[in-house]
Amino acid sequence: MRVAIIDYESGNLRSAAKAFERAVADGGRPGAVEVTRDPAALAAATHIVLPGVGAFADCKSGLAAVDGMADALTEQVRGRGKPFLGICVGMQLMASWGREHGDTEGFGWIPGDVAALDPADKALKIPHMGWNALEFEPGIHPVMDGISPGAHTYFVHSYGFAPEAESDVLARVDYAGPVTAIVGRENLVGTQFHPEKSQRVGLRFIANFLRWSP
Amino acid sequence: MLKNRIIPCLDVDKGRVVKGVNFVDLVDAGDPVEQARLYDSEGADELCFLDITASHEGRDTIFDVVARTAEECFMPLTVGGGVRTLDDIRKLLLAGADKVAINTAAVRNPEFVREAALKFGSQCIVVAIDAKRAGRAGQGDGQGEGPRFEVFTHGGRRETGIDAVNWAKRMAEYGAGEILLTSMDRDGTKAGFDIQLTRAVADAVSIPVIASGGVGGLDHLVEGVRDGRASAVLAASIFHFGAHRVSEAKAYMNENGIPMRIGGGVDDSTGGTDER
Repeated sequence: MRVAIIDYESGNLRSAAKAFERAVADGGRPGAVEVTRDPAALAAATHIVLPGVGAFADCKSGLAAVDGMADALTEQVRGRGKPFLGICVGMQLMASWGREHGDTEGFGWIPGDVAALDPADKALKIPHMGWNALEFEPGIHPVMDGISPGAHTYFVHSYGFAPEAESDVLARVDYAGPVTAIVGRENLVGTQFHPEKSQRVGLRFIANFLRWSP
Repeated sequence: MLKNRIIPCLDVDKGRVVKGVNFVDLVDAGDPVEQARLYDSEGADELCFLDITASHEGRDTIFDVVARTAEECFMPLTVGGGVRTLDDIRKLLLAGADKVAINTAAVRNPEFVREAALKFGSQCIVVAIDAKRAGRAGQGDGQGEGPRFEVFTHGGRRETGIDAVNWAKRMAEYGAGEILLTSMDRDGTKAGFDIQLTRAVADAVSIPVIASGGVGGLDHLVEGVRDGRASAVLAASIFHFGAHRVSEAKAYMNENGIPMRIGGGVDDSTGGTDER
């Protein structure tokens, strides 16, 4: 197993790398976790992780600024079908469009838009920050193995991903209305929350992702 | 639904905890990483380190503390104290902090908050506000609808003349993702949060507010959220010396109508990560 975490200067990747290292070690199989800016590392990887914090457009342009990375990502994830995990804005980038500070085209891997959260209760705080309870059908996806509906994960975001197809949404949370928490389709999964910050639930999710064969 | 948060805070001086939990199960009670691990295991929702190192030579010790904590504790970590430059923020984030709290530097140069939010994202910029009631001995000025609160810096020693509620609104506009609000009147008194202050700020801004200063018992934590409308409560001393455990505080709040994150949600019998 070889996990490539893509570094495109979007936030701190140390804790993400440590969480994956922990999950690899606990899984009892040999594996390496690499934080990389080298497109060639994606070819050598078995699993690809795209983190991301900040604004959609900044992340998109940040990724484009790493020479050859966007093409390598498409080739390895869409062409070769390697298991892919997008975290937070890394998940949102799979959308068709980001509607944050103007329209920005996403990868278009999971059709849908990323738009500002607009909870029905206007007294609710934005960003949606803290621990929220996942709502999902037990058995919906191998990445949820051993995780119970109602388990909490850590969120911090002001924009949400609304996939066009209901079937692409694996889990939601409630914030005066449904907010997409996990998306999944074929070899792609994405979390709006931060598994690397979600204590045992997050570590279990990462372990499941590493064990998953799409 | 979104749960409210309890955030234990540790004062760190030259890499050592100043007043920490002194449980028998700790090998080295002065090690911030051991304390962090304990709070992690008790279900703390986030963790806060306040670096109070005064000497210039000691200032780099916090980076090592943050890095070692981030290797073991997979929970959100905020670091405050002496954050003055974009480079300070970058170094803390690279070490493994998730958020940094900016206090005096924001008052000195409000644009710093805007620059920091643009550069690193609002999600990691916490503006810490130390506020005191204006006028004498904790009384309001008798004008308008309620007391006036003023921003202080340098650990509450220096007054600025800035209105705390307006300041919080301005910092939110500049891109702060969260406000850490400490009542300097209540800090260290164990008399409970300044609810009027907390409520005034929480109602004025659309971003989350963390209440701080004055917690002496579990009811105070309930009041901070229920009456003060804080999204999170920060406490230090009640978790010291085993007066209360974080897990106990969360259960108490939950029983008293404050939705908290309780329980694991993970079935460890089916594989995955080991319990630590």
